[in-house]
Amino acid sequence: MHCQICKKTEATIHLTEITDGHRTEMHLCEQCAQEQGITVKSQMPINELLSSLLSVQPTDEDLFELPDKDLSCPICGFALSHLRDEALMGCPNDYKVFEKSLLPLIKKAHNGKAVHCGKVPSKVPKETKVQTELLNLRQQLKAAVQSENYELAAKLRDQITACEEQQIKNKET
Amino acid sequence: MKLTEISSGINEWFDGSGPLADIVISSRVRLARNLAGHKFITRCSAEEKAEILDKLKTAVMSLDLGDKVFYISIDKAPALDRNVLIERHLISRHHAFGKGPRGAVIARREFFTAMINEEDHLRIQILKGGAQLSACAEQLNRIDDMIEEKVEYAFSPRYGYLTACPTNLGTGIRASVMLHLPALKMTGQIEKFFNAAKALNLAVRGLFGEGTDAAGDFYQLSNQVTLGIAEADIIRQFETSIIPEIVEYENAARNRLLDKETDVLDDKISRAMALLKNAHLISSQEAMFLLSHIRLGINMRYRLGASTPAIERLCTLSGISGDANNPNTTTPIATINRLFMLTLPAHLQLNYGKELDSTHRDALRAQIIRSTLNG
Repeated sequence: MHCQICKKTEATIHLTEITDGHRTEMHLCEQCAQEQGITVKSQMPINELLSSLLSVQPTDEDLFELPDKDLSCPICGFALSHLRDEALMGCPNDYKVFEKSLLPLIKKAHNGKAVHCGKVPSKVPKETKVQTELLNLRQQLKAAVQSENYELAAKLRDQITACEEQQIKNKET
Repeated sequence: MKLTEISSGINEWFDGSGPLADIVISSRVRLARNLAGHKFITRCSAEEKAEILDKLKTAVMSLDLGDKVFYISIDKAPALDRNVLIERHLISRHHAFGKGPRGAVIARREFFTAMINEEDHLRIQILKGGAQLSACAEQLNRIDDMIEEKVEYAFSPRYGYLTACPTNLGTGIRASVMLHLPALKMTGQIEKFFNAAKALNLAVRGLFGEGTDAAGDFYQLSNQVTLGIAEADIIRQFETSIIPEIVEYENAARNRLLDKETDVLDDKISRAMALLKNAHLISSQEAMFLLSHIRLGINMRYRLGASTPAIERLCTLSGISGDANNPNTTTPIATINRLFMLTLPAHLQLNYGKELDSTHRDALRAQIIRSTLNG
């Protein structure tokens, strides 16, 4: 049986669709099925797959619209245009200097998330630790409220209050 | 230490032992870290790179890792040595062929590597055989703590560990498992695996060979998201859902081959045996393709109790008839894994003692495989 679109190649994909009790059949070759968006390439090169999985490289348009596009970092001289060429930042300070522009990119790369959750180095100042903890707790609280887990939310709220008190105490000392 | 001391054998993580090692070859966790008060690598002068290298090399070399460690100056090492390290998964291609002062600290048993001045100042990894991600993560976390006592890392309360690439921000953790999925490939279901990985925000890469090529039906699966999710949750996701699901898929495909497509299976195994036992020239690509089918046959025999005519013939081959359950002998799987690694281009040449052109490599490869399989 030939493909019903190109009418040349042997049809290897047979699709039966039943909509509202009405049955339609399609017989396509692999290429035409792909063009119709019915199947994916059977041997998709993995690098293609990878780049479709993760595209954090900003486009020219993205960069053009960025609020910090004319800035450069006083420590390392990094400017946003470098990100397009190297896909790498210049120094830790860049995350502060270009925060506004980077935030959407960071969120895009991390499934919408933009606040650290997890290990904190033991050496960081107490204040930083409390600050991280607070950010984490607030994030968890948001999730708890969203999933209507009010018992957990109440607990988290207490923890947040305790953390905030700790923060004030740290400042006083 | 000379690299030839390790290059003639296989790494601990590739000896075929470890939980679910018939499908999950190995587990790897790495952390990306940068020193506070220094620029990231792309903006560093050679002097600053040398300073960072010195600081981190001293810190890492002084750790008690329960094994001897050795240091390799990557910028000074011959290209062949660097390629062997890539083939053994001890350093990345990026590190091997980067610029400026850089090095690697490697544990003698190869479970640990620290790459200094790769994309980040420091990248540390633990590699173990089979499905052992949490064990990797725990050990690596302890090592990270020990290093942190000696240096100060760049860290922000909001973005976590600061990395050169925004895609590694936060925990800086990359957990990955290396999978052997020949039955999914043979039964035309490998796309299912790609799609599932995509839906879970995971990256898929080939394991051996150039770049992203998936030679030998080996795939590496790793997390992409590093920010806003704790290390333990990333590992848990792999261990409770991702790994069990893939293992189930692959085993279902193996059983289907056994029950319904015995001829397909036996044909692949028999052809692989015939070629590998007799060929006089074999490319790396072809060797991997065929060895993959042999590996499948052996695992089906010992893990699933399969007994088809081709599998029976395979298991009587004198070169691989070792005892699968006796850890003191070379198991059949360890023998095949060894062939995978020792016939890679750089391994062939380093172990032979000089550089060879591709025809000579193909001849040497064929000879090693023939003599191993024919016993």
